[in-house]
This record gives sequence, C-alpha cells and structure tokens, in this order.
Amino acid sequence: MTNDTAYQWRHKDLLDVTQLETTDTLHLLDVAASFQEINNRPVKKVPTLKGKTVVLFFVENSTRTKTSFDVAGKRLSADTFALAKTGSSINKGESLKDTGLTLQAMSPDIIVIRHPSSGAAQFLADLLPCSIVNGGDGWHAHPTQALLDCYTLRQTWNGQFANRTLLILGDIAHSRVARSNMHLLHMLGVKLRMCAPRTLLPAGIDHWPVEVESDLATAVRDVDAVMCLRLQLERQQAGLLPDLAEYSRRYCLGRQHLRLAKPGVKILHPGPMNRGLEISNDIADDPACLVLNQVAAGVATRMAILYLLATRGNGGHA
Amino acid sequence: MTLCIKNARHLESSVDILVHDGHIVTMTPTGHQPLPDGCTVVDATGLIVMPSAIDAHVHLREPGQEYKEDIDSGLTAAAHGGFGAVMCMANTKPVNDSAGITRFMLDRARTSHPQGPRLYPVAAATIGLQGEELAPLAELKDAGCVAISNDGRPLASAEIVRRVMEYGADLNLRLIDHCEDPDLARGWRMHEGVTSGLLGVKGQPACGEAIQAMRDIMLSEYLHIPVHIAHVSAALTVDCLAWAKARGVQVTAETCPHYLLLDETALEGYNTQAKVSPPLRTTADREALRRAVKEGIIDILVTDHAPHAAHEKEGTLDEAPNGFTGLDMAISLTWGLVRDNILTEADMHRLWSRRPGEIFGLPYNTFNPGDPADFFLLDPEATWIPGPDTLYSKSHNTPFLGWELHGRVKHHWIAGQQLF
Repeated sequence: MTNDTAYQWRHKDLLDVTQLETTDTLHLLDVAASFQEINNRPVKKVPTLKGKTVVLFFVENSTRTKTSFDVAGKRLSADTFALAKTGSSINKGESLKDTGLTLQAMSPDIIVIRHPSSGAAQFLADLLPCSIVNGGDGWHAHPTQALLDCYTLRQTWNGQFANRTLLILGDIAHSRVARSNMHLLHMLGVKLRMCAPRTLLPAGIDHWPVEVESDLATAVRDVDAVMCLRLQLERQQAGLLPDLAEYSRRYCLGRQHLRLAKPGVKILHPGPMNRGLEISNDIADDPACLVLNQVAAGVATRMAILYLLATRGNGGHA
Repeated sequence: MTLCIKNARHLESSVDILVHDGHIVTMTPTGHQPLPDGCTVVDATGLIVMPSAIDAHVHLREPGQEYKEDIDSGLTAAAHGGFGAVMCMANTKPVNDSAGITRFMLDRARTSHPQGPRLYPVAAATIGLQGEELAPLAELKDAGCVAISNDGRPLASAEIVRRVMEYGADLNLRLIDHCEDPDLARGWRMHEGVTSGLLGVKGQPACGEAIQAMRDIMLSEYLHIPVHIAHVSAALTVDCLAWAKARGVQVTAETCPHYLLLDETALEGYNTQAKVSPPLRTTADREALRRAVKEGIIDILVTDHAPHAAHEKEGTLDEAPNGFTGLDMAISLTWGLVRDNILTEADMHRLWSRRPGEIFGLPYNTFNPGDPADFFLLDPEATWIPGPDTLYSKSHNTPFLGWELHGRVKHHWIAGQQLF
C-alpha cells in the first residue's frame, strides 16, 4: 500500500476515470496490488468490509463484471446482493429514479450499476447519498475495466507507462471500454492509437488525444500492446459493416500483425472474445494474451474500489 | 373608451399612444398631442412598449396531454410572456387532422381567454402525422387552421412534401417543415459532434437538417410555392437558406432563442433539461444563427414551446423527451440579446411580430393608425429568475431555470383590452 500518508481518497462515487487524478489512480492500483495477495491465499477472505452492503444492480447482461464485483465484495466480507433486470420491477416499467430510491431505502453502502443508457450512473450518483460505482453505462464509461487494464499493463510494464504505445482495435464508437481506457492511459502518459473502419469511429475523435489509423498493418507497427474490443454482432445488422467475414479479413488481429509490433507485444481483450472475428484463435491462446491476467486483476481492482469507497472519510479504516 | 399610454419608450424615443376601440389611433412623441377628455391614462415612464409577439410554433398539448400543458395554461404563459397570438402544432392526442379537433382547440381558447392571446391552430400535414395520406386541409382551413405542419414527425418522402405544398397552395396555407432526415437521425439524443462522442451518446448530424431543408427549397423553386423551414438549428441550413433567398426562392425560416444562446455543451453531465429537437449544436452554429436572424436570412423567432412534466425529464438522456418550454421567457431572453448588442429593439419587432404576421397572414401591430392595439410594456431593468414560482406554464422543462434574466413583461394589452 502507498506510503503517502497525506493522500486521502475523496470520491463518493466512481463514475468515470476522468474524475481521477494520477495520484488517485496510482493509489488505487497500489491498494489493488495489496489485495491481490489475498486472492492467492488458501483462505481468500478478510473481514475488512464486514457489515457493509454492496448492491449489484445490473440492468444489462453481464457475467464477468458482475461476478468479479461479487467475488471482490465477498473476499472483503461485504454482503453483496444482485438485482437483475429480469424478474425485477424494472421490467414492470419502474423508472430508474424509483428503483434507485427503493434501493437506497435499504441502506446499501455501495451500488454498482450496469445500465444500457450513457449517464445512468451519474443520474444515480446525483440522486442517492450512497456510493455509486459505474459498472458500465451505455457507450460512455467503464472505469473499473480501464483500471484493471491499467493494473495489468502496470504489472507487465513494471510500472513504466511513459514511451509506451497502445493500440485499441475495433468498435471504438460504441465502446465504453475504449473511452475510459483512452482517458486513463492518456493521463498516465501512454501514447494511444485507434484502429477501426470509419463507420465504427465516434464523432469528434479528431479531438481525442489519439492517432487514428484505418489500416491494421500500419496501426500495429511498433506498438507495445494491442487492446482488442469485442465486436457486437448487431453492428453488422445496423448497416455499419458489410459482413463479418470482411470485417475479420481487415481487422482480426493475427500472428502476422504481431510481427510488426514491438518484440514482447502484449494482447488485451475485455472479453468475451469472438475468436476468429476480432482476435485469431492462436493469438487468443498465446502467452502474450493477457486476458486471464485481466480477469484476476479485475477482482483485485474491484476490491480496491469497494474498499476505498466504503472507508472514505474514515482514515482508510473500515 | 380611449386609452392613452404615456411616456413609453419606443425605439429610443419617448411616445404617447392613443388607443380606441381596439385599434391604435396615434403614436406620437411624448407631449406632442393633448390627451382627449376622459381617457384612461397609463404612465409608462421607464418602460418599453413593444408590439405583442406572435409565436408561430408552440405545443399546447391539449387535447390529450393536459398533464403537461393545456390551452388555458399555455395561453396564460403566452399572455405573461408578451405573446398576443400563438400557432399551436398538430401533434396532440388525437392529432389535429380533422375540423373537430381544430374547433375544440378554438373553443377552449375562446372560453379560457376570450380577450386573447389568440390561438391559431396548425393543421397536420398528413393523417395522424403518419407521413402517408394528406389530411383534409380544406376542412381544416375552414375550421380555422392557418398553416400546415407535420412537426415532430419529419416527412421522409419528398413526394408527400410536394403534394402537401401543392394542395396547401390552393388554400393559401404554407407548409412549416420540421427538417430532419429520419435515417441520419435514427435513435438520436443530441447533436453529433465532439460532445456526443465523449458522452457516448447517439447524435444526429447537422447535415440531416440541411438535406431536408434543401429538398424543400428545391421543391419550392420548382413549384413556385412558398415553404417555411421550422426551428433552424444548423449553420449549414443557414447557408442553404441564404443561397435560396439569393435565387429568389420563396422560402422563409424560423429559429428559437435557445439556439441563439446555448450549444451542445449544455448536455454535459447528461442534462436532460438541455435535450431538444432539433438538438443544440456547436458554438459555430450558434454564431451563424445569430447573424442569420440579424440579416433576415432567418425571418422569425419562435419558442417551439414544448412542455413536459417534471418526472418525464427525470432520468437518462435515452428516456427523456425532447423539448423546452419557452413562452414565459422568450421575450426576456431576446431582450438579453439586445442588451448584449447582438440584436436591437427594432429587430425584436421584426422577428417577433411583423414578419410572423406577414408570413402567416395574421394581424400585427406596427403602431400605425388602425393597427390592432396589441402591445406590452417591458421593464428593461427588471431581473427575474425562471422557476416554479415565476413561470405560468404548467411545466418547467427549460435549460434556463435558475438563470438571471433581464427584462420582464409588466403589462399586456390585446385589442386594447388590458390582460394584466
């Protein structure tokens, strides 16, 4: 854990990485590293957040993020409760405001929200006194994913972000993962490149601190890592792509691309992967592919987030 | 009975106005004419007299959505906002696509506001605003409609637009067209640009408005039939209008005070109070629109008053409906532009009264003898803050809530009768 005793986590919520300073981020990653050790013990549980309640409010389908938060909470001895869209009052037309107020009335300490609407986490944070963690809102932000990616890269790069180049490959326009990683890694000094057909680039990307390159073989040149994004199959149905075979031909990351990158290049993917579509099968199984490291980092990072939010203003003690 | 408004400010001079039998008798420099015996005198020292505004684009929600607004509350907001006449759009429930609905609206207005403001319904262009079959426009005109629009449901088919324009031309009814390419604008929540890209929100590009405006301009030129472009939001549309007007095309256009004052950054933080159709665009668009209203490329201002209940705007940008209320605040907001030397008092007369009157054939006041005595007194120094206590509309969905506005309508006369 950090030795900087003057440092104090001051955030009620974690809505996006744009709210974080570099010191917040590094502190959070330090805390995560200290929790990583718990995950390797025979008894993977500490009493740190005993008596704290964490609600997992997932209005959009999710397996790994929800499970990751659930495991993170339980390892810190928090009580975690899941509320899904199916079978809940959301399916009966209850507004986000009313669902939020109802959850608040049960006195949770933290609500983790995953929602298809950009801004949903912000809306709850403005409405409720408890802490809100954005588990992904629309195309907007996925701060815990960016933090776990950052954790993974920090381990891989021995803490050195400067002079590193990361390529984010795939459907940038509709990706909250791309947006949050762009903000966070730019702040830490990583050079960013993005590669996608123009139909999958967001409006205003020319104002982002990134290089944009539509040709994958050019984009991958001399990069230290490639982050593949999942291609949602409905993009093709929406007319943004001709067909998936053509997409795969132009944008599926393969062995031939990695030879153009820096030696020791690493591959990240937020999952779930479409093997053969955005990432070739052999690359997905290659030791350079850090997907499982990302999953492990996800638990540690989310433990750190729950811990910092639940003990905020408490001198760091639960 | 004769009424005299004394010592009112009008275009930088002090005037006295004589009113008799609902009409202007004279407007003369203060003290120039003796007051007739027995006339009612109102001392307007320190106040500015302006012709009642005409709002060619409002949504009063009655029939069908009276929880947002009704004709009574909408006309009350209009009266207090300085509007002597409003043209209400057809997207009520049911849609105003038959004479019965038009007559119902007019009855409600006559009952609740016999002295005005005057209500002028706008006929639906197509049955149910579905964009397929023409509404019975002659029947609607006979019942009292003064223009045609499919507002809120942009017309996808150039063929339908053409037939509405042609059929309307025989009836001397002008099409007010909400220009928005439905494919380019599918699923939009805001302007497509830097802010939408960062917020991760689906946008609609400005060219989607200009493409349809250009379609209308070309039809207008081809058919020799006038057309009116609703709530222009984009600089590109302004360029299309300038090109068309230079060619002599009979196209007119409107914009709203919010497009002159706000831009896409108002949506930051997912502010649903800034969600409107068409969307707030860039500062460059805002500047182009300011020039366009100044130069007359855009002919008139309208509010596009679009009330929504509080709970409807409480949620995410995906859920919240489009629209702002405007009747209460529009004159104060425009006066703010005069204070900032972007417009003049004379521009206000032109944009809010004379040109809308000319375009839609409605009575308007230029303070010449015989003109309808529709005018209000504005306190140019009054400041006020829009909020539940100060707004007359049933709904308060405006991005200007909490702003300090300068200038407030203090008294209002329609046809010589004082409303307040």
